[in-house]
Amino acid sequence: MAKAPASAQGVGKTPDKLLEIRDLKIEATVYPPGEAPKDIVIVDGVSLTLERGKVLGLIGESGAGKSTIGLSAMGYGRGGVRITGGQVIINGRDILKSGIGGLRKLRGKEVCYVAQSAAAAFNPAHKLMDQVVEAAMLHGVANRAEAEKRAVALFKKLSLPNPEVIGNRYPHQVSGGQLQRVMTAMALCSEPDLIVFDEPTTALDVTTQIDVLAAIKDAIRDTGVAALYITHDLAVVAQVSDEIMVLRHGKLVEWGDTHQIIREPRKDYTNQLVSVHRIEHEEKTPGDKPLLSVKNVTAAYGGGVVDVLKNVTVDIHPGQTLAVVGESGSGKSTLARAITGLLPPREGSITFDGRTLPAKLADRTKNDLRELQMIYQMADVAMNPRQTVGTIIGRPLEFYFGMRGAERDRRVAELLEEIEMGKGFLDRYPAELSGGQKQRVCIARALAAKPRLIICDEVTSALDPLVANGILKLLLNLQAVENVAYLFITHDIATVRSIADSIAVMYRGAVVRYGSKSQVLSPPFDAYTDLLLSSVPEMEVGWLEKAIKGRRMEAAGN
Amino acid sequence: MPDLKTIPIGAAIGLFLTVVLVFSAVFAQVLAPYGLSQIVGDVWEPMSAEHWLGTDNLGRDLLSRMLYGAQTTMLIAGLATALSFSLGAILGFTAAVIGGWFDMILSRLVDLLMSIPTLIFGLVVLSVLPSTVLTLILVMGILDSTRVYRLSRAVAVDINVMDFVEAAKLRGEGRGWIIFREILPNALSPLVSELGLRFIFAVLFLSALSFLGLGVQPPEADWGGMVRENKEGIVFGIPAALIPAAAIAVLAISVNLVADWILNRTTSLKGGRGNG
Repeated sequence: MAKAPASAQGVGKTPDKLLEIRDLKIEATVYPPGEAPKDIVIVDGVSLTLERGKVLGLIGESGAGKSTIGLSAMGYGRGGVRITGGQVIINGRDILKSGIGGLRKLRGKEVCYVAQSAAAAFNPAHKLMDQVVEAAMLHGVANRAEAEKRAVALFKKLSLPNPEVIGNRYPHQVSGGQLQRVMTAMALCSEPDLIVFDEPTTALDVTTQIDVLAAIKDAIRDTGVAALYITHDLAVVAQVSDEIMVLRHGKLVEWGDTHQIIREPRKDYTNQLVSVHRIEHEEKTPGDKPLLSVKNVTAAYGGGVVDVLKNVTVDIHPGQTLAVVGESGSGKSTLARAITGLLPPREGSITFDGRTLPAKLADRTKNDLRELQMIYQMADVAMNPRQTVGTIIGRPLEFYFGMRGAERDRRVAELLEEIEMGKGFLDRYPAELSGGQKQRVCIARALAAKPRLIICDEVTSALDPLVANGILKLLLNLQAVENVAYLFITHDIATVRSIADSIAVMYRGAVVRYGSKSQVLSPPFDAYTDLLLSSVPEMEVGWLEKAIKGRRMEAAGN
Repeated sequence: MPDLKTIPIGAAIGLFLTVVLVFSAVFAQVLAPYGLSQIVGDVWEPMSAEHWLGTDNLGRDLLSRMLYGAQTTMLIAGLATALSFSLGAILGFTAAVIGGWFDMILSRLVDLLMSIPTLIFGLVVLSVLPSTVLTLILVMGILDSTRVYRLSRAVAVDINVMDFVEAAKLRGEGRGWIIFREILPNALSPLVSELGLRFIFAVLFLSALSFLGLGVQPPEADWGGMVRENKEGIVFGIPAALIPAAAIAVLAISVNLVADWILNRTTSLKGGRGNG
């Protein structure tokens, strides 16, 4: 198990400084329609240094240039991006001057990379072990037998099950969290000096994320490798890194040690990021008569054998929010499909405003459909790319209320006003909107139908924290004005705290805990809710160790 | 619309030739120096100032017949393509949206039609039916629509499972709206470039039929038929058969160049205005 710290190889050349980036400038060429191609600056004048064995967290919203900087440590520009200025010095030499041959010697030996989606990064046609040892063998660091021995030791260190034989499996035969750890083992196998982690836990469930995070942290500590840890989640980066660098629009905002950044941020923007989830939401008491009640619903796909929903019973009251929480595969979205009629339940009934809704979508009346609207997770595929914002929002008005011409246009303008976007967006196409704006248009489309209930399926998961926060505030305001109820599907407990009145926790298709927000979120907890709650990263140094120690239940898929 | 300034040279040549050919076909009556079946000289006269392309096997002016032939060829091919597209695309989209048994029956029927070689099938049908322009268009259109059906069903199946189509279904929209307003605009790019290729196949198909004597009937002129009428001249070194053959080739290549260019420019599902 014991492995000499990787830094031992490099000692003597530069005792402490492993990576130094000076005044880095990265550009890309964009081709806007109807205009001449032009160069835009993605990263502008960023400098950083990293000592051996230290972890630097790079954080920022999408488009902040954090991945681009991370990849520049390997001399790589993704998707036509060019490094046009500055120096990247690793082990005392400027890798940007070393040419393609020099870069090949560097990549996979001195610097390794862990990608966001391990499932997409592994070659599905080769066994895990072949891929893990490949770089070490190619660079002549070890022969096959040594490399495999090393890999097995790493599998053990990363607490993968059956470390001796897991290498014989193919990528699709292990879970997402395991695959991410195998990828970390792959990066560590050639004993590099530096690893670039590019959002390694973003695609994972919280309950899985915590295990992967702990494994990565242990591996970094034990091998003494230095790391650049890229993420948009400040709470995650606070657990693993020694220092944090906050980036925005390709420029440095703030750089300091972890404690300082999360406790005493000096810049406004950092402060916003740190305090992002603090929406105070007073819980409303349920009325006498629920708006929607789902009774003993059991459903399966394709008339199949496995029930995806098992005997689910929940109520939603007018003007209130029911949050449905759970990890992926717990049946949250299936519940939404059953309520909307896209997946008729096998058993059970759905009552809306006192009347029983027909199970099938085709049997429902126009009014049933109007009163129950849906907002999707991916706003960009939820809108027809060939329709303008005006058409998208205007269509429900035409369809349900028969509005035409000036009357319709006036209402569309009102709705655009309500979602805090101006009339100027009427003629835009979805491709011309930002992520947050797209989601707002989807909200307006749902509101146009004057619904009594809106199903929000992970509506903020694809958005940056600050933008997501804006959407949540908007939804709360709209609820106050329009008295609309929400069924809010999410995997994020922080979101739940800021928006829910009651909560249903789902696990493997069944509701394991259900009640008002205060009931559900106060002890005593059942084992799964406890795991879910304790897995949500908190912005506190040392949280990870505490959480792991306090767990009562193993996360699924491990 | 595509920017004409950034048009690649190949596409520019293709576009120019296509426009010239279509223009001469449309205005054949105005441009042609002689009548369609007017005998103006000897058999197979060489090219001269009077007869730019010479005369054909009956002594008719070849240039005039080329122009009238272009008109007939393109009219029949164009209408057959339009028929195959409307039929194939609508059935393909409907099959994708309705799915289930409707899709199954329709797709297997199309498989059945496609398993018989088009030319042989066309020959059998046309030797039974009277050879009028209308039958030609119907036979060619229906046979070609199987290909369009395949393509548009494949494209629509992909689009049909996207969230915006689901949103429309949840809104309660009818099939007409979903097919024509949600799916069609997003399926148009691959279909438009296919349109060019299918038109060319229709021209080639018609020429083949006419060459075999089952297409356009004399005295009407069309390019395939003109190759047949003049083919005996080739052994005597007379190029009259090669000129319509060359015209078919030029039309095929130039429309292909344009279709390729359109396909290159529009192979994204990004939508919005134009494509970058």
